[in-house]
Amino acid sequence: MTLDFGVVPSYAQLLFTGLLWTIFITVLAGSISILLGIAIATTTLYGPKLASLPVRRITFLFLGTPLLLQLYLLYYGLSQVGVMLPAFWTGVVGLGLHYAAYNADIFRASLHAVDPGQAEAARSLGFSRGATRRLFIMPQAIVTALPQVGNNSIILLKDTAVLSVLGIAELVLNAQRAISETYRPFEFYFTAALLYYVVNLAMEFLLGIAARKAEEIR
Amino acid sequence: MDFQLIGRILPHIVEASLLTVGLTICSLALGLVVAASVVAGRFSRMTPIRWLATAYVSVMRGTPLLVQLFIVFFGGPQFGLELTPFMAGVLTMGFNIGAYMSEGIKGAIIAVDKGQGEASRSIGFGRFDTMRLFILPQAAPLMIRSLGVNTVILSKSTALVSTIGVVELTYSAQRFVTSTYKPFEVFAVSGAAYIAIVALISLIVRGTEKLFDADRRVGA
Repeated sequence: MTLDFGVVPSYAQLLFTGLLWTIFITVLAGSISILLGIAIATTTLYGPKLASLPVRRITFLFLGTPLLLQLYLLYYGLSQVGVMLPAFWTGVVGLGLHYAAYNADIFRASLHAVDPGQAEAARSLGFSRGATRRLFIMPQAIVTALPQVGNNSIILLKDTAVLSVLGIAELVLNAQRAISETYRPFEFYFTAALLYYVVNLAMEFLLGIAARKAEEIR
Repeated sequence: MDFQLIGRILPHIVEASLLTVGLTICSLALGLVVAASVVAGRFSRMTPIRWLATAYVSVMRGTPLLVQLFIVFFGGPQFGLELTPFMAGVLTMGFNIGAYMSEGIKGAIIAVDKGQGEASRSIGFGRFDTMRLFILPQAAPLMIRSLGVNTVILSKSTALVSTIGVVELTYSAQRFVTSTYKPFEVFAVSGAAYIAIVALISLIVRGTEKLFDADRRVGA
């Protein structure tokens, strides 16, 4: 056994570029998952039955099958129906959709948990139904949902690694590029793991601060 | 929808699902052993062991499963550890899910009333017997839900071992897509197979919960 981490520094730039893409994908897919999660939650709670039932069913499909399978379906399926989406966007949208299903569950529970008296008070002050939800219910629900949605975003960060399978040049794929030149899989995958761990810790730290702030607001 | 194609690939998909179930069961068995050891470590009286167990959970939960899998499968041979893809998959997923499961078990143990342990210790039971006879039986019903959730997550993450060449559900689906160019049909069947597996696990979890509930009623 010979371990030689000496080869890693000469690929530092490649790995760092990969890391930046990983963070960028996390931010993009994370935003999609949060916005779409809110949209799904409000549709299933307030929408007409005609819309809420199919949305519920589709969400269930996303929760019950693996992310990788969903990515393949998007990747191969879209081209079958003639939609040509670059692999990068297929990956970002697929990841965003997957976690939107998870976030929707959390937002739905948080919207449910807002004290009904809040809505009654706003309505009796003359706010419309829509304005009540937008200005009073939603902000409170978002604060309640924050810790769990944050947790999902950390899980999402780790799942961006799966996008390497589609040929998206994030951290894992760039590590693989370095490995194909050096034949040192352990060193590079280990370094990649270390980088993920650092970003993970940073995210946990920031979310901890955000959660405490949210607690203060409440 | 090409129903003829669905009929043709169905037997193969069913066969591949059996491998997915096998992967899940083997990883679960290993995961439970790992989880039990980690929990024992986290309640240890020796501080370094507690640190080690905590660090283990943090690292396993803080890095992607896919990267862990690649470290074991591709990096292992550098240490003379040549594993078959199936073995590498079970080993990685077992050690990974064990870290997640240990959190659920730890939570359940902490949730048991502190007085129970104190009472048992004060009438002369040792630390080990207190855990075995009083704490764990009361903690068991509390950990079923989280163990079940983790098993569902595990069954879905077995899809990742397709990347190292285990022909389980996802890999066989991918093969059929490239040979038939009918992604919707193929993924509909394999997706349904995953949902069936997840539903089966949920059913078992619910059954176990009922069993414990009935137990408690008889005991009361």
